[in-house]
Amino acid sequence: VTPNARASDKLLYAKTHEWICLDRQPQAKVATVGISAFAVEALTDLVYIELPKVGRQVKRGEGFGEIESVKAVSDLYSPVNGEVIEVNELLTKNLGVLHDDPYGQGWIAKIRLSDDGGLDQLLDYAAYQKQCAEEGH
Amino acid sequence: MAGSLLHTPLHDWHAAHGGRLVDFAGWEMPVQYTSIVAEHQATRTAAGVFDISHMGRLLFRGAGAPAFLDRIVTRRVSDMRPGQIRYALVTNDSGGILDDVLVYARAGKSPGGPPMWMLVVNASNRLKIVDWLLEQNLERAANCEFHDATTSEAMIAVQGPRAADLLAPLFDDAHQALRYYHCAELHFPERAAKAGVDTQSALVSRTGYTGEDGWEIIVAAGLAVEVWQRVLEAGQSLKPDQSLGALPAAGVLPAGLGARDTLRLEAAMPLYGHELSETIDPYQAGLGFAVDLEGRAFPGRDALLTLRDRPDAPVRVGWLLAGRRVPRDGFPVVAASATVGHVTSGTFSPTLDAPIAMGYSQRTFATPGCEVAIDIRGRQEPARVVALPFYRRSTQGSKK
Repeated sequence: VTPNARASDKLLYAKTHEWICLDRQPQAKVATVGISAFAVEALTDLVYIELPKVGRQVKRGEGFGEIESVKAVSDLYSPVNGEVIEVNELLTKNLGVLHDDPYGQGWIAKIRLSDDGGLDQLLDYAAYQKQCAEEGH
Repeated sequence: MAGSLLHTPLHDWHAAHGGRLVDFAGWEMPVQYTSIVAEHQATRTAAGVFDISHMGRLLFRGAGAPAFLDRIVTRRVSDMRPGQIRYALVTNDSGGILDDVLVYARAGKSPGGPPMWMLVVNASNRLKIVDWLLEQNLERAANCEFHDATTSEAMIAVQGPRAADLLAPLFDDAHQALRYYHCAELHFPERAAKAGVDTQSALVSRTGYTGEDGWEIIVAAGLAVEVWQRVLEAGQSLKPDQSLGALPAAGVLPAGLGARDTLRLEAAMPLYGHELSETIDPYQAGLGFAVDLEGRAFPGRDALLTLRDRPDAPVRVGWLLAGRRVPRDGFPVVAASATVGHVTSGTFSPTLDAPIAMGYSQRTFATPGCEVAIDIRGRQEPARVVALPFYRRSTQGSKK
């Protein structure tokens, strides 16, 4: 985990295991999106990521990429409404960083939120932990 | 539903040691402990230790047993010598595969006594095969006493270039004398020395499902944890062979069904429910070697006589992909804008560092080197037909 990794307890989470971190930029709200350590641990043996397309308009809950492990493929779902403005190309060269540093260098995409970003549907850390505990059992 | 799943004698060990437990054919089994790739590499470079107690073990005692089995499976078994093992198929009346099995001619407990016969069947097919045997008049077979021993025993596979070393503390070197596809009842010399006498033994065979040299050990349920732990302890002092395998070696590890699947797929061993089914015949599956029709009578025998020379049947092939996306069971294979086959198993091969798949293809597109595409969720990914197996172990220290 790098020193600039985001503190996982300050993030918001989708039920589908994506996290978001809100950055307030001058013009609009931008969310950095990744997947949680719990999800990475559950997937294991990652072999391939299909990153979202830059410029794509996404709706909350819409599949916008995929992540493949030895065992299975999983969709990546946008946790918010908005436009994909940047993706982490590092992951296509070295997927290991997603495993090693899911809240830092392993971020997946940045999304510029639309007016109704859908943030109210997201879980805080405690609620997400609770969900993971239930799923993990 | 979890409460209704069967547990192997090693279930609690798995649960206590990080095994990720899943439902497999009605059994709660570990799919992995660490990672599939780590357990795969351990098996290729040192050894992997697998709980395969869920495999069905069906015993047949008595002088009538070989005659009964001869009219069930695709190969003659009555000419097997005690200690021999044969791969065979159980087919239905139309020649479709009901299961692929190992037939064991176990040497009798008393020296020179009659052998005890055993079928090792797939967990997913155990009850179906028992029903099939009953349908074939098992109960009226003369001098043939049947017993399903599956739930009273454990079965442990020790596989990899260092597997022999892991068994040395248990059996001295008795297991080394076993040739490929042979088995013997082996006693535990160390246990015997400690206790003065030890009536316990294990049925040990030189068999496996990983493409590596290795052994499979069948013991009474009560001995399972002891044997499992002794094998893993012996592994702790071993150094992996760094010259083998594509990834950094991991030493000896307990390995789950996830690695068992990637290992068997690299070795191009078929898996029932994927490459094998009731609508696939042995010849398409490349298993003609396991069918003996001459002077035989068993269900499907006459149908197989016709199926043997079918020139248009799709055949089992292997594909290697150029990209990173992984083909899975059911994905279409495309060539010249038509579907020419389908995938039955696919994974990411740790050894080749590339996606691989097996499946069935029209013969025109089944020649190694043939370029096709696999439709992976709507996008066509380039793939090439390759000769099977994908992985073959180096011959040093292999089967004798």
